[in-house]
Amino acid sequence: MLVNRKLILAHFWFAFAVFGVALTLGAWQMFIRSPIGTWLSNPELYYRSLTAHGTVMGYVFPTLVAMGFGYAISESALEQRLVGVRWAWAGFWLIVGGSIMAVIPIALGRASVLYTFYPPLIGNLFYYLGVVLVVVGSWIWVALMSINLRVWRKAHPGAPVPLAMFANVAGSYLWAWTAVGAALELLLQIIPVAAGLKATIDAGLARVFFSWTLHAIVYFWLMPTYIAYYTIVPRAIGGRVYSDNMARIAFILFLVVAMPIGMHHTFADPQVGAGFKFVHSAFTALVTLPTFLTVFTICASVEIAARLRGGRGMFGWIRVLPWDNPMMLALAFSFVMLGFGGAGGLINMSYQLDASIHNTQWITGHFHLIFGGAIVIMYFAIAYDLWPHLTGRELNDLRLIRTQLWLWFIGMIVTTFPWHWVGILGMPRRMAYFDFGDPAIAPQALSVTFSAIGGFILLASGILFLVILARGMRAPQAEAGSYRFAVAVHQSATVPVALNTHALWVALMIALTITNYGYPILTLATTEGTSVPAVYVGAQ
Amino acid sequence: MSARDLFTFRNPHFTRGVGITAAILIVTAIVGFIVLPFAQPWVQFANVWDAICSAAGVPQRLAGVAAPEQAKRLSEVVLTSHTLSRPSQEAIGRGATLAQRCAICHGPTGLSRADSPNLAGQYAAVIYKELHDFRSGARTNAVMSPFAVNLTDQEIADLSDYYAFLPRLPAYHPTPQLPKPSIVIYGAPMRGIAPCGSCHGSLDNKTGSPWLEGQSEAYLKAQLQAFASGERRNDISQQMRNIARAMTPQEIEQAAAYYASQPPDIVKAVD
Ligand code: HEC
Ligand code: HEC
Ligand code: HEM
Ligand SMILES: [Cu+2]
Repeated sequence: MLVNRKLILAHFWFAFAVFGVALTLGAWQMFIRSPIGTWLSNPELYYRSLTAHGTVMGYVFPTLVAMGFGYAISESALEQRLVGVRWAWAGFWLIVGGSIMAVIPIALGRASVLYTFYPPLIGNLFYYLGVVLVVVGSWIWVALMSINLRVWRKAHPGAPVPLAMFANVAGSYLWAWTAVGAALELLLQIIPVAAGLKATIDAGLARVFFSWTLHAIVYFWLMPTYIAYYTIVPRAIGGRVYSDNMARIAFILFLVVAMPIGMHHTFADPQVGAGFKFVHSAFTALVTLPTFLTVFTICASVEIAARLRGGRGMFGWIRVLPWDNPMMLALAFSFVMLGFGGAGGLINMSYQLDASIHNTQWITGHFHLIFGGAIVIMYFAIAYDLWPHLTGRELNDLRLIRTQLWLWFIGMIVTTFPWHWVGILGMPRRMAYFDFGDPAIAPQALSVTFSAIGGFILLASGILFLVILARGMRAPQAEAGSYRFAVAVHQSATVPVALNTHALWVALMIALTITNYGYPILTLATTEGTSVPAVYVGAQ
Repeated sequence: MSARDLFTFRNPHFTRGVGITAAILIVTAIVGFIVLPFAQPWVQFANVWDAICSAAGVPQRLAGVAAPEQAKRLSEVVLTSHTLSRPSQEAIGRGATLAQRCAICHGPTGLSRADSPNLAGQYAAVIYKELHDFRSGARTNAVMSPFAVNLTDQEIADLSDYYAFLPRLPAYHPTPQLPKPSIVIYGAPMRGIAPCGSCHGSLDNKTGSPWLEGQSEAYLKAQLQAFASGERRNDISQQMRNIARAMTPQEIEQAAAYYASQPPDIVKAVD
């Protein structure tokens, strides 16, 4: 039951439109600092572009996808009209307004502070206010998801919440709490300085606040992808979810262990004690648990589909999988990229190994592979799967869709593998210019050239994606039927309370945040003399 | 399915969830705050509490370590966003009167006919900082220092406002405009040199960096050499010494010649 299709389409279209713009900027960045581009002579233009690219790709695009998908899940999994449609539109328009408000100062060169804000750099006030509006808009969505679930529970006392909605609400709670760190940084530290009320800023404390957000935001980006793994892929390829409870455990584990671990982003920071770094590092290692649970459950679910199709043997079943189905292809690509990206992540989270790749191009290569690759390719898959239900028109050029997915996969590998490599060789990140004529980095010219070519492949794939969706708006009408999610092999009539509600896990998430962040934040906030003068961008 | 059934030790999920989480937290805390600190043979802790405090990052003052003696004075200038904000007409007027003493060398319009630096339209923060540094001895020059030693804070602020207020005029060293040398456009990333313009005003201005366009070639060259040799050391955190030391003698010549040949109107305005 998808009633508010316009609302969902609006979210997706705005998300994909800004994605297209930011993707073009990404390809340009990669090109202009590679040996095949000629240097602009002005690093400022590069940082404008980088700020816009990061802000859109990090804050606007995935948030809108999660929201649009969330509304679709709420209506179709609960089979209940969305409660609070006006609020949902208000949230959407806040995000549109906030994005525009943030992008104007960036374009004018007044906010080239990069999406991580980089205090003590301080940019134009409206940039930060725009980001705040985006977050506020998304919090409306969080509240709506919770309210809709509550309304449904009233009507279905004691019934198991459909897995898709259970996971969706878990994701929304994770985001609500995660965003608090950056919100505190913006409201207590950065905005007072940007507004001219203060002239100094405690950059160390600001970084700790930001780390609160920076790690778990990644898991918020990941949620739609995981929901698609569990609840769309098995249905789309004719299989079943291997275990419903296993899926629930994976999602609640993300709540508990994804949140209080952000200090692995401050390993190199002197203002944080080594003991806390270790605790955060250890909890980070636990994230492998829900990740492996997922890989196992999904592989088993896919195997079920293969066996149902008559697949045999230890590995023989892999051959009979429906490889011409875009969902199968997307899943396979996503898993390959998740595998490589995850292996790289193990290096980043290790306190000592991190030192060798800290702030190098390895990091940017890593998160493009896992975020731009493993996660975003499933966003494409979600859009393809939902589109006929949203537009009431068919989307049947499967060849074009497969080409698009292949191009994204190939482009991502060609871009990110050499990107990791130059990082290991020590090339720093966030640099506007590299002098490849210098013998010290001349050998890296070839790798960077490959990355630049990969960037254009990705751009081509992104354009193709938009073309496919746009053509889908004009295709002949067709009734797509009701939107369904995968069912489990054993769909039990009851689920333990702890796996049907979020309260316990949200409580643990907050408790761990207090134990893991409380002391460092308190001492930094109360220690005198830790603030430094702000450095204003584009001003004297 | 009420909160009472969930948050109770009769619920095995609750007991296990909370128990396992607490156990992991305690184990990692013991390892991180006690075991690992003591595993570092190069650090000595008086007792367990000492180790915990160190691992928690409790701010501590090291006893018995004196700050290293500075052979020469360093810059002590502090500039806040209020120091020079919105100059009044009176301040500029007072500055103009005071500046008469300076005109013999820096020119009546703030433009020097000799090799003294031009001051007309220089950023106020720069004049302010350099005068303070001459006064405190952080920057020394046999010709210039005597004129700064007796200035008061107010006089320095007024002079800064006055010179910043003057229009930027073409300099007295008319040479054909030279093309940008690579050290100016690109800097030298492998030697840690950012493009000069990213601090000095043609791309962006970092507070305290003077614009250089139209200064005399001899002056610019002398300053770069002074930074390189460490003779001039009033730049905060060695921003400019680190750069000058990494420059080759040719690059110093090229940069000085280039900047001397430029008109000052390409410099970014002060907001
Ligand atoms: C006798 C000549 C002379 C007089 C008079 C003089 N200066 Fe200078 N001034 C110089 C010279 C020479 C330098 C360059 C010093 C160096 O090479 O380090 C200089 C440097 C400066 C600088 C630093 C400029 C820069 O870009 O780094 C400032 C500011 C300055 N003078 C201001 C003044 C003011 C204000 C007065 C009047 C109160 C004044 N000077 C009087 C000769 C003079
Ligand atoms: C990181 C910012 C930065 C960069 C990049 C930079 N400078 Fe500077 N430079 C400064 C600062 C700050 C000062 C003023 C130091 C002081 O007196 O406090 C300065 C001072 C100077 C001076 C002395 C000017 C005077 O009137 O006192 C010269 C000459 C100079 N720089 C040349 C260059 C050249 C040439 C380059 C490029 C190769 C360059 N700088 C790059 C920050 C920078
Ligand atoms: C055409 C494909 C893309 C290319 C060529 C590209 C290129 C780049 C480059 C060159 C950087 C700067 C790296 C540095 O710090 O030196 C960057 C940063 C970034 N990119 Fe991309 N990108 C692409 C797609 C994406 C996608 C799909 C996403 C996520 C959805 C993404 C998210 C980010 C983020 C969050 C940053 C960090 C910005 C920062 O460091 O401030 N990019 N990208
Ligand atoms: Cu992280």
